[in-house]
Amino acid sequence: MMQMTISKKPRKPAMRNEFRRQTELHTMLLPGTVMMIVFNIIPLFGLIIAFTNFKATMGWEGIFTSQWNNFRNFRQVFSSSQFGPMIRNTLGINLLGQFISIPMAILFALLLNEIRSPRRKSFVQTAAYLPHFLSWAIFGGLIKNLLSADGAMNQLLMGMHVIGQPKEWMADADCFWTICIASGLIKDLGWSAIIYLAAISGVDPTLYEVVDIDGGNRYHKMRHVTLPAILPTVMVMIIFAVSGMLNNNFTQIYVLQNPLNMERSNVIDSYIYQIGMQQFQFGIATAAGLVKSVFALLLLVGANWTSKKLTNSGLF
Amino acid sequence: MKRLKKMDLFTICNALIMTLVVLLSVYPLYYAVINSLNDGTDTTNFGMVQLWPRQFSLDSWRMVVKDPAILTALGITASRTIIVTVCQLIFTSMFAYAFSRPYLRFRKCYAALGFMSMYISGGIVATFLLLSKMGLYNTYWVYIIPSLFGGFYNVIIYTSNFRGIPDELFESAQLDGASEYRIFFSIVLPLSKAVIAALAVFTIVGVWNDYTTSLFYTSNTELQTLQYYIVKLVRSEAALEQIVKDNSSLSSEVFALLYGRNSSISARTLELAAMIIAAIPMIAIYPFAQKFFTKGVLLGSIKG
Repeated sequence: MMQMTISKKPRKPAMRNEFRRQTELHTMLLPGTVMMIVFNIIPLFGLIIAFTNFKATMGWEGIFTSQWNNFRNFRQVFSSSQFGPMIRNTLGINLLGQFISIPMAILFALLLNEIRSPRRKSFVQTAAYLPHFLSWAIFGGLIKNLLSADGAMNQLLMGMHVIGQPKEWMADADCFWTICIASGLIKDLGWSAIIYLAAISGVDPTLYEVVDIDGGNRYHKMRHVTLPAILPTVMVMIIFAVSGMLNNNFTQIYVLQNPLNMERSNVIDSYIYQIGMQQFQFGIATAAGLVKSVFALLLLVGANWTSKKLTNSGLF
Repeated sequence: MKRLKKMDLFTICNALIMTLVVLLSVYPLYYAVINSLNDGTDTTNFGMVQLWPRQFSLDSWRMVVKDPAILTALGITASRTIIVTVCQLIFTSMFAYAFSRPYLRFRKCYAALGFMSMYISGGIVATFLLLSKMGLYNTYWVYIIPSLFGGFYNVIIYTSNFRGIPDELFESAQLDGASEYRIFFSIVLPLSKAVIAALAVFTIVGVWNDYTTSLFYTSNTELQTLQYYIVKLVRSEAALEQIVKDNSSLSSEVFALLYGRNSSISARTLELAAMIIAAIPMIAIYPFAQKFFTKGVLLGSIKG
């Protein structure tokens, strides 16, 4: 109000202008702010039900009226017979998957960078990006068909005399990790190489000329110029991988999962879906989600700290 | 001479590896195309084809295109994709412009809210309870309203791109008395076509390919999206039952399909044809946007 009275004086047109500008900016921020408060902040109250005896029939108000139940939900999660296999599957699929896919993406970026003809390079890139743009609904369905009894995988292996009888790959629980990791690798190899390609394209070309003058070859250029240049990017990707180690790709797992491979395919996220959205045990599902989020946050901070100590580059 | 030979060996190996990558990337989709174009009886009797259709037939495709459940799902998916993409572009870029202005008051409050929304989540149960309370559960609006804003991550991408616009442009516009809206719509937006195009593609792909919204927040089959319909086909062993339920007018054909092997379609070929139809828009859109992907848009923002 003070500003308004002052700004009426002809000497201070900037003040009125400033007030108008701020109002305009805040109206621009309004829709996004309302959306974030409603759909990201208000649901945080829902975390309360991890500590209460909330029943699915109580509705939103029940969050605040349900009774504290002395960590019973958490005890249920930890004592569940699914708990051990679920943690093993989550960590196994994620860690093995990242351990394979990060080096593969870097290798792919390095090899792609060695292609001289720009047309061939962009052809390979376009083809390699394709699976990333298909949903897991479609890509998972394609994988299932390729691995069916009369599918291409069995035909190929029988043609090469590796196996004598066709095999139902999706029904074999022991194959699930491999299927999950390999399908994830095929789907996102090209796409995850983009970030390394961008880092490579930022390398000063004179550095390569220096290696040439010193009589170095292709290998020396990769080892001493390209790899050090992409190291900060690699560290960021490793931090993301470590902090996301408890987050499985639910959309992928859900499509590939079936009752026969459940012992190897049940991960934390599919457990939360199953307990929460199918059995309506909302308190237990929220407790499991909360434990997961807390550990993920600790992992993020820990990975960032380690990375800063080791290489002086981190996320924050 | 020796060195030249070594280079050649490397080039050959590299070419082989690249060919393998291309084959692995393209073959799964190609496999779906040839098998959906193969005669269903033939597939049932002699197994799936690997390279080329044995008995060419368009019947699976015809059946899928006639299926009313797929057409409803297609309508929902397409309308949702268009509405959400347009609204997200406007609201998110507008937010990002205001957020990028150095003289914005309470900037820190908005940043705190944004980072909180990015890193902390209430989980699916809490969101389910909230959407039910708001009356969005099991309505078409559950596809639209929660997605109107693109999230703070996209704001960061826009902001880092808006920083590249020279300050002189803003200053001279302000001297001319242009309002913030005027500056945003007639200076910032036209100069940011690349980032807008790239983020539009990401949004389109993300919304079109999403099936979890249907899975978590709807139960009505009239409201299913195309991707969710496919998930149900893929997950159910008897994919045909789905189509029988959805499509009673075709029951005589389906009956023949279930109990006799004399029809030209099968559950398999139908499922694959539905997948191809759902994939076509994405295949059509992504090469156009490819040139925007690499530099600038993603890299500038990866470190936040």
